Amino acid sequence: MVDIIGGITKALELIATGDPTLYGIVYRSLLFSGIAIILATLWGTPIAMVLSLKDFRGKNLVKALFNSLIGIPTVVLGLVLYLIFSKGGPLGPLDLLYTPGAIILGEAILVTPILVSITTSAIEAVDPEIMSLAKTLGANESQASIAVLKEAVNGVLLSNIASFNRAIAELGVALMVGGNIAGLTDVLTTAVSRYTARGELDLAIALGIILMVIVFMINAIVIMARKAKWLVTIWRRAPD
Amino acid sequence: MAIAAELKNITKTYGDKTVLESVNLQIREGEILALLGPNGSGKTTILKILALIENPTYGELKILGETVTAKNTEKIRMLTSLVFQKTTVFTTSVYNNVVYGLKIRRTPKELRDFEVKKALELVKLEGFENRPAKKLSGGEQQRVAIARALALKPKLLLLDEPTANLDPKNASILEDVIATVNREMKTTIVLATHNMFQAKALPQRIALINDGRITEIGEPAEVFNKLSTNLVSFAAVENTFKGNAYATEEGTTIISVDNGVEVETTTQKNGEVTFFINPQDIILSETALRSSARNVFKGKITEISDLGAIVKLKVDVGTFFIVQITKRSFVEMGLNLDTEVYVAFKASSVQVL
Repeated sequence: MVDIIGGITKALELIATGDPTLYGIVYRSLLFSGIAIILATLWGTPIAMVLSLKDFRGKNLVKALFNSLIGIPTVVLGLVLYLIFSKGGPLGPLDLLYTPGAIILGEAILVTPILVSITTSAIEAVDPEIMSLAKTLGANESQASIAVLKEAVNGVLLSNIASFNRAIAELGVALMVGGNIAGLTDVLTTAVSRYTARGELDLAIALGIILMVIVFMINAIVIMARKAKWLVTIWRRAPD
Repeated sequence: MAIAAELKNITKTYGDKTVLESVNLQIREGEILALLGPNGSGKTTILKILALIENPTYGELKILGETVTAKNTEKIRMLTSLVFQKTTVFTTSVYNNVVYGLKIRRTPKELRDFEVKKALELVKLEGFENRPAKKLSGGEQQRVAIARALALKPKLLLLDEPTANLDPKNASILEDVIATVNREMKTTIVLATHNMFQAKALPQRIALINDGRITEIGEPAEVFNKLSTNLVSFAAVENTFKGNAYATEEGTTIISVDNGVEVETTTQKNGEVTFFINPQDIILSETALRSSARNVFKGKITEISDLGAIVKLKVDVGTFFIVQITKRSFVEMGLNLDTEVYVAFKASSVQVL
């Protein structure tokens, strides 16, 4: 019988004493997921703007594709990326496999469908007159699109949070292309699985608790920020 | 006189639907031109083409002597500004709304602040800079929209039914602003309206629009005089009627309209006349009022349009009257479709053209 109570007590001790192994893993998790979201936002937001503001043939098909990719199993994506990054694969020469770069890129790709889908709906929900309004005030096409994006700020934030949650909580991609190398590519989820398999339950439980706390905290901050409006205000300093 | 803008044979179609058909129109520098016509006649499309946010399907557009092409659209757009009928504000402060176009034009910060302040003063919203624009009343939001356009000092100011959804107080503030801007800043203004009253008071010239064509253009007096011969195009303008007038012994005139409806007016005229009644001049009551109003009719409400602070009602008394009341009166009187009401207005409120 596993000593659950003992495990939890030990876990809290590790958290309280600032165990370096534990916090190294937490740091990597936050860092990799954070960079992944920035990357996904950089390429996902323009895609969402095109999907919501431009008309072209096959637009609905592309939207449906992004929507259905939201649910892609992380192991399947992990496998595809493994094949791409491995020696014989198209990106083999980059030597990315089992590096932090592979995890970051993999997670960014994983969350792109969520980010694009939520941002697209948020922009589509903005009053269509905003685009014309910005233009009548002298904005060119891209300045007007940015004005619309700013009106969709709540949805854009939501898409970032949802993406971050997905990235930090996923296992398949990090495990398959990161390799779960201790001190280099192990993150919260992969480390939990490793320590559980090894029977080091105190560390596994501690990591599990921290993962849950991070996910809850991010959501709580967003809810509070939306109430306090400060985050929104910062984002919305005069539209340029 | 110099020409601020010119539409030459402009046609606009959306799919199979032709919205404008070979429209030719010259807008003179420094004038207020009213585009008067019923809803759906093409007024807004003309404004959007002048604002360069819609492209004509055929035809040529010149703004301040320059022919508009795909290449110079963004540059020429800087010279115009359009205020929409449906008030639209950015979800940010009043200041940020008004400063938007100035930032696009890279106006230096100090000048920007000065222009914003001046524009807000003009629409009587001084001190509103830090208020969230979306939290203001409909009328105040529309004034922000006008200030936002005025701050840019456009050569050509385009206003689409600027007072259509406003209560009388906000409407009169805006009418004053429009007149002041035209007089003092010499701004050329094109104003779309289906409010006869506004069309008679504000502009130097009026263009009548119906079914995507300009049917008449000229000075208000001239156009209104011709109106009876061109009445078909005006059936749909609010509270405009045609009837047969005969003088009474008391010195007033009775005009008989459709279905036995007879309207009394203080203007003396005989024969076929066209007249209108400002929707704001009509009093609505649940019972027949004992009052000085010479015209009282019983009818039923057949249409209700909620315009925010005010509500527009269509009342069938044999012919249709448009009546404008405040939302509060509407709620307090418990009005609904098919409610029986009385409409009343003074003989002097009947404006014979």
